[in-house]
Parts: sequence; C-alpha cells; structure tokens
Amino acid sequence: MLLLLEQCLNGLQFGLLLFLLAAGLTLVFGIMDLVNLAHGSLYMMGAYFAASFSALTGSFVAGAVLALGATLLLGIALEVVALRKLYGRDHLDQVLGTFGLILFFNELVRLVWGPAGLSVALPDWLNRPVELLPGVFYPAYRLAIITVALVVAAALYLTVMRTRLGMLIRAGASNREMVGALGIDIRLLYTLVFGLGAALAGLAGLMEAPILTVQIGMGENILILAFVVIVIGGIGSIRGAFLSAIFVGLVDTVGRAFLPDLLRLVLSPAAASTAAPALSSMLIYLLMATVLVVRPEGLFPVGGR
Amino acid sequence: MTASAPRRTVVVALIAGLVLLPPLTALTGDAFALTLFTRIVILALAATSLNLILGYGGMVSFGHAAYLGIGGYAIGILAHEGIDSGFVQWPVAIVASALVALVIGLLCLRTRGVYFIMITLAFAQMIYYVLAGLDRYGGDDGLTIYQRSQFAGLIDLGARNQFYYLCLGLLLLAIWLTSHLMSSRFGMVVRGSRSNDRRMRAIGFPTFRYRLACFVIAGTMCGLAGALLANHTDFVSPAMMHWTRSGDLIVMVVFGGMGSLFGPLFGAIALLALEEALSRVTEYWQIILGPLLLLVVLYARGGIDGLLERIPTRSHRD
Repeated sequence: MLLLLEQCLNGLQFGLLLFLLAAGLTLVFGIMDLVNLAHGSLYMMGAYFAASFSALTGSFVAGAVLALGATLLLGIALEVVALRKLYGRDHLDQVLGTFGLILFFNELVRLVWGPAGLSVALPDWLNRPVELLPGVFYPAYRLAIITVALVVAAALYLTVMRTRLGMLIRAGASNREMVGALGIDIRLLYTLVFGLGAALAGLAGLMEAPILTVQIGMGENILILAFVVIVIGGIGSIRGAFLSAIFVGLVDTVGRAFLPDLLRLVLSPAAASTAAPALSSMLIYLLMATVLVVRPEGLFPVGGR
Repeated sequence: MTASAPRRTVVVALIAGLVLLPPLTALTGDAFALTLFTRIVILALAATSLNLILGYGGMVSFGHAAYLGIGGYAIGILAHEGIDSGFVQWPVAIVASALVALVIGLLCLRTRGVYFIMITLAFAQMIYYVLAGLDRYGGDDGLTIYQRSQFAGLIDLGARNQFYYLCLGLLLLAIWLTSHLMSSRFGMVVRGSRSNDRRMRAIGFPTFRYRLACFVIAGTMCGLAGALLANHTDFVSPAMMHWTRSGDLIVMVVFGGMGSLFGPLFGAIALLALEEALSRVTEYWQIILGPLLLLVVLYARGGIDGLLERIPTRSHRD
C-alpha cells in the first residue's frame, strides 16, 4: 500500500514533467501550426545549462534560475533565426528542418560539454526525505518538483484563460489572419509563445537534471512520450495535455512497478520476468492505440480543427 | 512519368556505374568502396519503399526504420536459434514485417497529418523498446550473426560481389515494381487520395483499403531491406531501428526528390556520400549536416530529381 502511494507520487511527478513539455509543444502547434521536433533539444539544453550554471554559482537554485533564463533566450533566438521561416510550410518540411536542428544541438553539446554524462548536486535542504504521513517518507526534491510544476500549470492556465496575452494566444489559435488584421503584432506574439514553450521545456529539463544523468539525446525519448500525451489529449488543448500527461505518467510508472508482480500471478516466473520489461514499456503505446481506436481526434479535441 | 533527357542520361550512367562497380573496385583493390556502396544500395531499397507511401501516397511515416529492425531481427533471431537457411529466414522476415505493417497501418491510417507523423514515430519507438528488452537476444547490445543466410549453393551471401549484385538486383526490382504499381489503377487511387482524399471517396473508391495496401507493401519491402542489412553487417541491434534512422530515410527521399522513381537512390547516395565527406573534415560532422538539412528544406525544394528536371534540354531552347 505504501509502495503504491510512493509509485503514484512518482507517476504524478513524471506526468507533470511530461505536461510541461507537452504544453509547449501543443501551444506552438496550436498557434503557429508548427511541428517542432527540436522541442526535446530545448529540454536537454535546460538540463545542461542547469548543470553548468549550478556548478559555476555553487548553488542549485541560482543555477536553475539562470538556466531557465538561458533556455528562454535560446528559444527566442531559435525562433528568430530559423523556425520563423518554417511557419506556413508543409509539416514534412518542418519535421525535416527541426530534425536537422536536433542533430545540430546533439553535436553542439558533444562539442561543448563532451560525450560523458553530467550529474547535478542538490543542496542539503532538498536532498533529504520528508515525512508525509507518520512513517511515510518521500524525497523532498520530488515533492518540490510536484509543487513547482503544479504552480506553473496553474499559472499557465490563468495566463491563457484570464489575461490579455492569453486572449491573444487563444485568438491566434482559432484565426491567426484575423488577429493580424486587428492590428496585433503577430510576429511578436509568435516569438513570445515560442519563448514560453522553450522556457517550459527548459524548466522540465533543469528539474529532471538532479534525478537523471544529464546526457546527449535525453530529450528525444521524452519528446516521443510528449507526442503520445498530445495525441491522447488532443492536439492544441492545454487541458487535454494536462489530464493525459498525468494519466500517462501514472500508467507508465505504476505499470513498470507492478506489472511484473501481476504477470507472475498468471504466468510462470520465468515467462513473467521475460515478458514484463517488454510489456511495461509497451503499456502507454497500447493505451494510445486504444484511444485512437475509440477517439481518433484524442480525448479532448479542440473544436473547429 | 516520362524522364527528361538529362535525367535519363544521369540515371543510365548511374546504373551503369553501379553495375560496373565490382570489377572497377577489383581493379583498384578498393574493398571499402564496395562495402560502402552495398550499404548505399540497401538503404536506397529502404528509401524506395518509404517513397511509395511518403512520395506517392503523402503518408509521412516517421517510423519506417521499424521494418528494418523487424526484417533484421527475423534473420538475427533465427540464426541465433540455429536456423540459417535463407529459404526459412527470408520468408519469415517478409511475413513478419508485412504483419507488423498491417497492424500499424490499421491503427495509424485512421488519422491524418501531424497525428500520423507522431503516431508512426510512437509505434516505431514501441517496437524499438520491445526488441531492446529481449534479453535472450542481446537486449540493447544486439546480436552477432555468425553465419549469413544459406541458400543451398544457389548464391553465396558471404562472397562480396554476389551479395552486392543481389542487393542491386533487388533494388532495381523494387524500382521497377514501384513504376508499375504507381502507373496502375491502384497507384492512381493512392496518388489521387494524396491530393484529395475526400473527392476520391466521393467518387466511390474505398481509399482506406488502397492506402493500407500501399502501407503494407512499403513495410514489407523495407523488411526485406532489413534482412539484407543484417546480412551485410553480420549484426543486428536496436540501433538499426533508432528513430534517427527513420529520419535519415525521410531525408534520403526528400533529398532525392519525393515521388520520383530514382529519387531515393539519388538521395541515399547523396546523404551517405555527404556523411562520408563531412566526417573526414571534422569529428563533429553533424553540426554541419543539421543546419544543412534546414537549408535544403528552406531553399532547395524538389530535391536532386527536381534539379535534373530543371536542366533545360536543347530541344526546349530551340
């Protein structure tokens, strides 16, 4: 029971990170109609920036704040220099162009930081267990990730639904020509949205940095998971991305933890230990396939698209 | 599908060059060139299969390398279990990749556009993890194949020249098949569905079935390329179906010219030659290749085939 609670919290934490990544992707796709494969590279750059800046300043928090700013600037620069030219192009062109950017960023990281993975040290006050319930301990840092991600998700929701910027973002998603015709600087809006998405990806990356090894290609697997999240949630929908990210995070984490035991109930131990790793890594893809069969447009499709 | 004069000249010269390569390399003693070109020809076969769905059918599959893996692992697993007859291995590779393509196609073709791109990528990733999770067959590290497929003295895949000619023969067969298929009624429906699916359905074609059939043919052809690749490298590992390999195949098709018969071959030669050349300049060659891809996408549409098409012929100038 305690293990289940712990795994659920881990799943929630993973799901929230997936949401930070998926939110940027789905915003950029919903508004600029851009498929950005290089979104995972921004996640990776966030982690590398965090590793460098926290080593430089000697403080994880200062490093994280600097890394967040750096990813934001990188995202804006990327949009202005390259991605802006891909708006309005065929999706195939966008996939190819941003695929090129992934190769570029991976090689850049290898050139600057070297091929070996890096690790990021946590300060003592984060690097200890917290007593949630009497006798139930959970790592403080994972709890901090959950808190930060929930706050960011709420702030994002309020920004999109309650502010003038959010109104423009929603208007841009439903009819971008009209927004431009009403005298809004659409180029600036696009750059802002892209920067926001980049910062969210960077935030996810820098928060993962102390838990995982910071390494080349770390953004790619999680990017594909973010795609799964978006497909399940419905492209362009922030709410759909949030719910399906948490769902996918829970299914993946809890499935990996408990599937071997469940399989042992029905299969021989040898067969179970062979099948379990393969089956648990298939779990979320099976989930996606099921959703596709039932609702090809995702669970929360955006109307009129 | 008539070829312009300069393009026809280039294609004829290219095929002549490919056919004459083994005796030429025998003269110069350059074994590396033959190995490189065997690899190019195999990847060109995979790219040709992708061109069927991507170029002609407009289905942007970002998971095509999965079939390379399925075909390769069929050979690897059977060889590991002591079955090295090609008469068993190859049909298994072909049937397995056809079945996988059928299941993936049934699910993915329900969607369009970006969904299709993301979902094909996700399913390919799933197959990657499943095969990487097979501890009995090497897991992440892959599987060495100690003996290439045996064809009872009919052909010796261990002999470099014979293997090269087998690959080249299969590539030309695939190109011939593509040409026939795409100018047939079947091909017309697939191409029509690319430009306007709703209209095709309105005039009574069940386009889903046609597109699915095209998807399965492409997957099967790519599975065959996977079987060749496994025999070429004497090794299979999840890396041969990594998602960047799917990206490479798309690059070859787009570089060469989408929906053109010889485009994938042009693209495969161009990409592998570029990789070879850049990696001699610097260890960090992808830092050049990446932005180059972006530039090609932005400024050079139509690929190599389109370039050849635009060369004015003398009769045009008159």
